[in-house]
Amino acid sequence: MGYRKVACVGAGITKFVRRAKETGRELAWEAAKMALDNAGMTLADIDCVVIGSAPDAFDGVHMKGEYLADGSGGFCKPVMRHFVGGGTGVFSPIHGWQHIASGKFETCLVVTEEKMSSCFPAPAGAFLTIFDHTTEQPLGPTLIWIFALEMNRYMQRYGLTEADIAKVSVQNKLNAIDHPAAQLGAKITVKDVLNSEVLAWPVKRLDISPASDGAAAIVLTSEHKARRITDKPVWVSGVGWCLDTAYWATRDLYYPQYVEKAARMAYEMAGIREPDKEIHIAEPYDPFDYKMLHHMEGLLLCKRGEAARLVADGVTARNGRLPCCPSGGALGVGNPIAATGLMKIIELFLQLRGEAGKRQVPGDPRIGVAQAWGDLMQVGTVVVMSR
Amino acid sequence: MSKETLPGTPLSSEEFEKSITIEEHPNLEYSWDDGIAISRYLKELKEGRIIARTCCGCNRTMLPPRMFCELCYRPTDEWAFVEDTGVVNTFCVTRVNWDASRRGPDEPPLIPAVVEIDGASKGMGILHLLGEVDPKKVKIGMRVKAVWKPKAQREGKITDIKYFKPY
Repeated sequence: MGYRKVACVGAGITKFVRRAKETGRELAWEAAKMALDNAGMTLADIDCVVIGSAPDAFDGVHMKGEYLADGSGGFCKPVMRHFVGGGTGVFSPIHGWQHIASGKFETCLVVTEEKMSSCFPAPAGAFLTIFDHTTEQPLGPTLIWIFALEMNRYMQRYGLTEADIAKVSVQNKLNAIDHPAAQLGAKITVKDVLNSEVLAWPVKRLDISPASDGAAAIVLTSEHKARRITDKPVWVSGVGWCLDTAYWATRDLYYPQYVEKAARMAYEMAGIREPDKEIHIAEPYDPFDYKMLHHMEGLLLCKRGEAARLVADGVTARNGRLPCCPSGGALGVGNPIAATGLMKIIELFLQLRGEAGKRQVPGDPRIGVAQAWGDLMQVGTVVVMSR
Repeated sequence: MSKETLPGTPLSSEEFEKSITIEEHPNLEYSWDDGIAISRYLKELKEGRIIARTCCGCNRTMLPPRMFCELCYRPTDEWAFVEDTGVVNTFCVTRVNWDASRRGPDEPPLIPAVVEIDGASKGMGILHLLGEVDPKKVKIGMRVKAVWKPKAQREGKITDIKYFKPY
């Protein structure tokens, strides 16, 4: 293959909170500086900067990439901002990987930020304009509608109950208690989820991740740089991404084909043939509890329709055979969209280095996969990391 | 990394309200064009009919109609009327409005659904609402039919179909 090996050598993250006093660029600065410090580097060591942030409509700042650039270390340097909705956070390391794998740069600072609290009365309102302006917006849709449509279709297809799915929320919020950045770590029960406010049946309040403010950053370098910086580089060993059409109602929502395509691309690059056996740890995107199951299936970590059973059997718990969302995920740590995806990448970075503290999964994990998803039930972004 | 040392300053709910020093109410208005394919779709809705486009590359009858086929990446070929009946692919029962506000206690919940229209290719669904049905009795796979606004009230909009009802 004609590209160079790329390593992650440092990570930084802010707390994920309902509303932060810091501005978006202050949050970006905090996370980016922390990532540099963690790698033992300064901004002078950085060749280029990539910035991931979801719709400008959340922050209410147009040209958010430009706004965030100096806080992100992108002062008088090559800077690029990317955006694929909720898939942005895991696309960020892919974007950084492209810069280094191509041979153009040796080091890249990857920064993600979201400040959703600025949007009133609720950031959900910013989603109206993602629907087709002529054929869908007049019906008054909101994002929760299509999650509810997708969840119902998924449940019906495999005969799952709301309780089967609630177990994901219980697991991830429990895991998040041990995450220092977490917004919603908590010990809750399936009953709590089932009894929480019904927003759009079958979706209830505790099926959903919160809106959050937060930032996360990593440092990527070429192989020879990485060897000088650390004796514990974590390799970006597979990348994949795939975008389906915005005609979301014309594909069957029970299975995310586009996630599978992205996963196959990443696995092929990483030399993974049997993901369900070869992957030790997974961070599928979980903005809603059923989405973790949906994505485990799209990532080929289990057969279609089987993910809920794995959760019920404890297979996906931190001490299970295939820990999923040991960080606590979007459901527990919080969901500042772009920063959430990179939080998952940072979780793999820490877990594969054995530095995840109380969250450390047993068994000396060597290979992990992180995934994000977004746009109109449309994009899959997948990164395989290994050491 | 520990909770004590991580950056980020959470605001309390009280501070949350107080900290808003600048509010903006941008009054942005847009005038969207309905395009080649959708303008015909809307014109036919006004007549009480649903029209699709066919692609002889993949043999799909596509709804909503489009002038290009994203699978074959070629122009679509012909207009084709489809039925105003179909099957519920999935649905939900929602108390949430577009801005996350809740519907009032006296307002019935809305039932958004993906309806696979008869005559369009399998899986070619559209987003619409269900009506004249108890939310508890809606089932995936249920057959439904469009309830049209009276002809004089139709404007050439997707809302010319009031909703789909079981039949």
